[in-house]
Amino acid sequence: MTTTTRERARVCPTPTAVWLVVEGLWTWYRRNWRSSAVSSVVEPVLFLLALGLGFGSQIQPSAATGGLPYVQYLAPALVVASALQTAAFESTYPVLAAFKWNRTFLGIASTPITSRQLAMGQLLWIFLRLSVSSAAFLVVAALLGAVTSVGVIGSLFAALLTAMALAAPLVAYSASLDTEGQQFSAIFRFIVVPMTVFAGTFFPVDQLPAWVRPIVWLTPLWHGTELSRASAFGTGELLPVLGHLVYLTALVVIGARLAVRTFTRRLEV
Amino acid sequence: MRPAIVPDVVAETAVRDGGLVRARGLTKQFGDFEAVRGIDLDVEPGEAFGFLGPNGAGKSSTMRMVSCVSPRTGGDLTVLGMDPRTQGPDIRARLGVVPQQDNLDNELTVRQNLHIYGRYFGLSKAHVRAKAVELLDFAQLTDRADAEVEPLSGGMKRRLTIARSLINDPELLLLDEPTTGLDPQARHLLWDRLFRLRQQGVTLIITTHYMDEAEQLCDRLVVMDGGKIVAEGSPGELIARYCSREVLELRFVTDKPDAAAAEGLADRIEVLPDRLLLYTSDGEASLAAAHQRGLAPASSLVRRGTLEDVFLRLTGRTLVD
Repeated sequence: MTTTTRERARVCPTPTAVWLVVEGLWTWYRRNWRSSAVSSVVEPVLFLLALGLGFGSQIQPSAATGGLPYVQYLAPALVVASALQTAAFESTYPVLAAFKWNRTFLGIASTPITSRQLAMGQLLWIFLRLSVSSAAFLVVAALLGAVTSVGVIGSLFAALLTAMALAAPLVAYSASLDTEGQQFSAIFRFIVVPMTVFAGTFFPVDQLPAWVRPIVWLTPLWHGTELSRASAFGTGELLPVLGHLVYLTALVVIGARLAVRTFTRRLEV
Repeated sequence: MRPAIVPDVVAETAVRDGGLVRARGLTKQFGDFEAVRGIDLDVEPGEAFGFLGPNGAGKSSTMRMVSCVSPRTGGDLTVLGMDPRTQGPDIRARLGVVPQQDNLDNELTVRQNLHIYGRYFGLSKAHVRAKAVELLDFAQLTDRADAEVEPLSGGMKRRLTIARSLINDPELLLLDEPTTGLDPQARHLLWDRLFRLRQQGVTLIITTHYMDEAEQLCDRLVVMDGGKIVAEGSPGELIARYCSREVLELRFVTDKPDAAAAEGLADRIEVLPDRLLLYTSDGEASLAAAHQRGLAPASSLVRRGTLEDVFLRLTGRTLVD
């Protein structure tokens, strides 16, 4: 083939290669970004309006809410919970689709991009996409008067860390599936939704029966919510904060390693 | 900025290794199943090389190893003079791959598919945009450039997959069953495009289970069966070596073909469910002899030997089973 411009194909260094994967996923995503923008920003805003302002108007600021109006108590937790939900979606169907239904990842495997770079690109893409939607939510929350201090910047960080703590292992799992994705609705129904409802987003975990609490402590959402409120309200204590950070970071690291492994196994057979 | 095609590099590689692809005792195992059982291959620059074989013969497994996607289990393999185990990305940068099943992004446009794919090869956006225009023309998809891929016909999707595989100006193009499932017009259009690539000096490796495709496209081919290479040569050589000059077909409608009655009429007889194939140097003479013996076929035909006959002889069954 002859070409007008002359350029040779080459192997990109890993950071560039990972970025090219992000670029490809972005091209795919932006074709209908509006609908998913609605679910990842507008939905949590509706929650904030209905539960924070509406339902919250019936709740007296008390020790349980840190002496704050309910909407301000809720906002830093809601950003974490909604990032987690968006992460759960982005880590499941689109990943399985790219391996099984569209097989686009199989096409990428024939390019100089490696399985490891592809896995890292997928995770980086989810991270960037969550950064934008979580930041957008916090801006709206601030406009609604639900934000108390610049500490919410820490909440944004907590939300992203928590969401990735779920996303990384879930991406690894999705890459290992060869089904029609039935498992995903079970994950949403029995893991993501109960976590959102019981892991401290809407009411303190102390309100739960003592035997349930250890289960809650295992969820990334509880750790993220604690971190987020600690930052937003300036109530953090060194040791617990460190503990939450270590737990969530460990999940991200283990999940990312597993993702690299399942991508490699799936593509290099 | 260097030229997009690189015949000098191809030539240099060839001199160094005696081939674009070189395999010795190559094997591939999936658990207990041995898909490829020790094959030797040499593909020379500029040739069109074919793998012919029934489903499950090990063609695709071999192709996936050569395309540096699937790691080999054993043996030696070099592609473009490099080892896929250690230099996979470097090799893949210079290959074009057309997989058996299309893996286009159906939700994007034809053009976007080319753009995204080209970027994975480290090509600039400007280069990929210009190259896409040229490839869309080559694949006769210019008027569908900004349409989504999903509703395109099978033939169009296949042409797009081939166009996509050329985005990096590959030195070696690997096509795994490029025309399976296409209607005759779509197949001929595809063959025409592949023929043009050959004329431009692109080395092709093609797997197929269509005889006519192998005869049309391949300079040289190997027949694979059960994970092994059972014959190698040009289509003409294979026919000369494994088949007689003429083939007499005796078709039977109601009776089962009676092979015993035809015994001795030809060098070799193949029994199919509805007919006998008699491999003979003189078809008319054999037909006359058959009639004398009282064989009463519903119809008969004398024709030249083809690759299909070679295939029957070598693998003991028809190709598409």
